[in-house]
Amino acid sequence: MKDISNLSNEDFDKNLIVTSIDAVANWARSSALWPMTFGLACCAIEFMATAASNYDLDRFGAGVPRATPRQSDLIIISGTVTMKMATRVIRLYEQMAEPKYVISMGSCATSGGPYWQHGYHVLKGVDRVIPVDVYVPGCPPRPEAVIEGLLKLQEKIRLQTTEGPPTIPFLRKLLRKKNPA
Amino acid sequence: MTTNEILKRLQSEFGDDGIVLDGAETLDQFVIVPSTEVVPICEFLYHEPDLFFDSLSCLSGVDHSSDSDSMEVVYHLRSMVHIHQVIIKTIVPKESPRLFTVEHLWKAANWHEREIYDLYGVVFDNHSDLRRILLPDDWQGHPMRKDYQEPDMYRGIKVPY
Repeated sequence: MKDISNLSNEDFDKNLIVTSIDAVANWARSSALWPMTFGLACCAIEFMATAASNYDLDRFGAGVPRATPRQSDLIIISGTVTMKMATRVIRLYEQMAEPKYVISMGSCATSGGPYWQHGYHVLKGVDRVIPVDVYVPGCPPRPEAVIEGLLKLQEKIRLQTTEGPPTIPFLRKLLRKKNPA
Repeated sequence: MTTNEILKRLQSEFGDDGIVLDGAETLDQFVIVPSTEVVPICEFLYHEPDLFFDSLSCLSGVDHSSDSDSMEVVYHLRSMVHIHQVIIKTIVPKESPRLFTVEHLWKAANWHEREIYDLYGVVFDNHSDLRRILLPDDWQGHPMRKDYQEPDMYRGIKVPY
């Protein structure tokens, strides 16, 4: 075993990484997302394709959907949310462990989609019942779009702080991108 | 057997009252029957060997207009043995619509009748399990009716767009 009493600066350079709690926690959270096995409509088929070998969502650390909300930290609302399902979505979301994230996949989950006017049974946007982190447009979105949504979510998670919600630094960064002055 | 021949059989069995052929301008002609006679007529169509309608292809409700005070229930029957079909229509009032179930003849009627009950509010007497089939149990109203009013809230969730 190495005598730690006479360590040189060189040893530190090789073996130690100095970082912040935020950075480590965010790195861990964003690199190992566990989506819930939860499909509502045709978008779910597209999500299955995303998770399967052709698009391989596992490359980004989110490739193993869990069969229970208690083991998941990401719920992808993939499809039309009916009023009957909305009450169940709330319950599932509440059962997930913190920190938890929501991706609204496709037009139906985001705004009711083609059922926005005459769909008497459709919830017009899942953000009426649970907070959504990332909206993925499309009807249904292609797997590339779902992956893009996941990458956006990871970006958002990396900007989280222990002090506040992720939204504020995320928005600040967006604003900075738009007005780089 | 054609619809006309089936109509003749029905009229000779149940009398001319209220059993009429209609739909000359449509592709498929249909037989209108009184709502009280639906079950005996269906039993007759099922049990007669030369008719033997062994399959209920479809059972649906129709609300044509908000001006009218009646709705229709339509039975699409088909015989797999004789390869013929007939459409039976009956008219029920919008105010407390009631019919008797045909579940004992065709098991498929169970879910179809539940759906008509769910979306139009037609009550099927003697049905073994008449609950809503698509909408939540505590939903108010029957959405496929022309006079349906969309609720503002459902369990604290805003409904309209």
